[in-house]
Amino acid sequence: MGVGVHVENLSAWFGATQALYDIDMRIPANHATAIIGPSGCGKSTFIRCINRLHETVRDARLEGCVRIGSLEAYGNGTSAVEVRRRVGMVFQKPNPFPTMSIYDNVASGLKLNGFHNRRVLDEVVERSLHMAALWDEVKDVLKKQSGASLSGGQQQRLCIARALAVQPEVMLMDEPASALDPISTSKIEELIFQLKEQYTIVIVTHNMQQAARVAEYTGFFLLGKLIEFDKTEKIFTNPSDKRTEDYITGRFG
Amino acid sequence: MAVLVVAPLLAVFGYLVARGIGSLNLAFFTHLPVPVGEKGGGVANAIVGSAMILGIASLIGVPWGIGAGIYLAEYGHGRFPSLLRFTADVLNGVPSIVIGIVAYALVVLTQKHFSALSGGIALGIMMIPTITRATEEVLLLVPLSVREAAWGLGVARWRVTLSVTLRTASAGVITAVMLAFARIAGETAPLLFTAFGNQFWNLNPNQPTAALPLQIFAYAISPFDEWHRLAWAGALVLIILIVGSVALVRVVARRGVFQGAS
Repeated sequence: MGVGVHVENLSAWFGATQALYDIDMRIPANHATAIIGPSGCGKSTFIRCINRLHETVRDARLEGCVRIGSLEAYGNGTSAVEVRRRVGMVFQKPNPFPTMSIYDNVASGLKLNGFHNRRVLDEVVERSLHMAALWDEVKDVLKKQSGASLSGGQQQRLCIARALAVQPEVMLMDEPASALDPISTSKIEELIFQLKEQYTIVIVTHNMQQAARVAEYTGFFLLGKLIEFDKTEKIFTNPSDKRTEDYITGRFG
Repeated sequence: MAVLVVAPLLAVFGYLVARGIGSLNLAFFTHLPVPVGEKGGGVANAIVGSAMILGIASLIGVPWGIGAGIYLAEYGHGRFPSLLRFTADVLNGVPSIVIGIVAYALVVLTQKHFSALSGGIALGIMMIPTITRATEEVLLLVPLSVREAAWGLGVARWRVTLSVTLRTASAGVITAVMLAFARIAGETAPLLFTAFGNQFWNLNPNQPTAALPLQIFAYAISPFDEWHRLAWAGALVLIILIVGSVALVRVVARRGVFQGAS
């Protein structure tokens, strides 16, 4: 089994506050990996280190090593833009570009990087929307409606389509369903199930049932440390660490 | 309440129409001014001159103002940006006649003649602080999540700023530009010793040039009834042109852009 994202000795800070302590993690390729843990434990910071969004925050810094496939994410010759092209991200709150049409939202990653071949863009938009299970709902209003005019669940699938359109290797999802109703949530989960055949998926979630449903592997974070990382089944039935057990049985968090 | 808000505007506009409409005819728009005593005549050269001066001013003020606004909103931490903000606010409060004197000293004295160019520079300088501060404000209203979405797609930072952040805030930026434009369009003082005025046709930006506010001023302070009537008509035309160009920009800007949260 290949390693999709290899994290070594990763520590991260916001100003003087340390948010992550020495994380080591081999995230398997073409599987879904869930990151669970109580609020403020560094889950989001962790995945934002993978696509180098962490460094966009003022006074934020980090140490350690992240490899995406064979790309050294924090290597000397590597630019943040290069990393982000290979690592897509879906955020907690749907964030379509409000002034762009549905079509332009999906095509934005390519268009903003100077790619303008109409025929290819049409194909990519259609394929991405199919993959995100949104095509049938929007195909008649692609260029007529703004991305912001869709419902919350549709907006989130639009954001997934937008991320898929640039064909990343890794897909980071930061609580992608936490702002959505149960029906939209199940649609997103179904989607993750299909996507993980082709993509390495890292999904941060507060919902442990969700982690159990969609992910083969699960990492448990607490106070900025990775406490345990193993097969999901093992984490939820027979965790090795007492703290993991306390958390999943609801004793704290 | 609504009546109170629009009452002053309606009063000004109504009075202008009442006094000015009688002198408006085709000749007013197509003819040159005529000497005292002759009937008729128009302000065609002043309308064209104003367009030229405002065009020059916009070429200077719009890119400069938007550029500085982007800098302040996206990179504006620390001492230098704070100084810049302060400078912009001070510049905003400088009386327009002082700006005219500066343009006179820098451009007119150097070139040794009055010109549309020097008038355009004076008005352009007046546009900069208004546009800068307003652009900064509306860019800061664009949520961080929108920028992060674009960064996360692997789009270069400058490209995100221009094609995503600025575009999301475009309605606000356009409003800022229109306000600045409307403000300078009626300015007279900075043009007195820069564009200077001209009784004849001039399309050369390097020559003294007529402008509507200057023409209105010249007519209004004259002792002749006929010229007073022309001044009223000129003021009416000026207002109509400003309102018209602002409306036009709005319509054009709306087309093709989905109005978003800005």
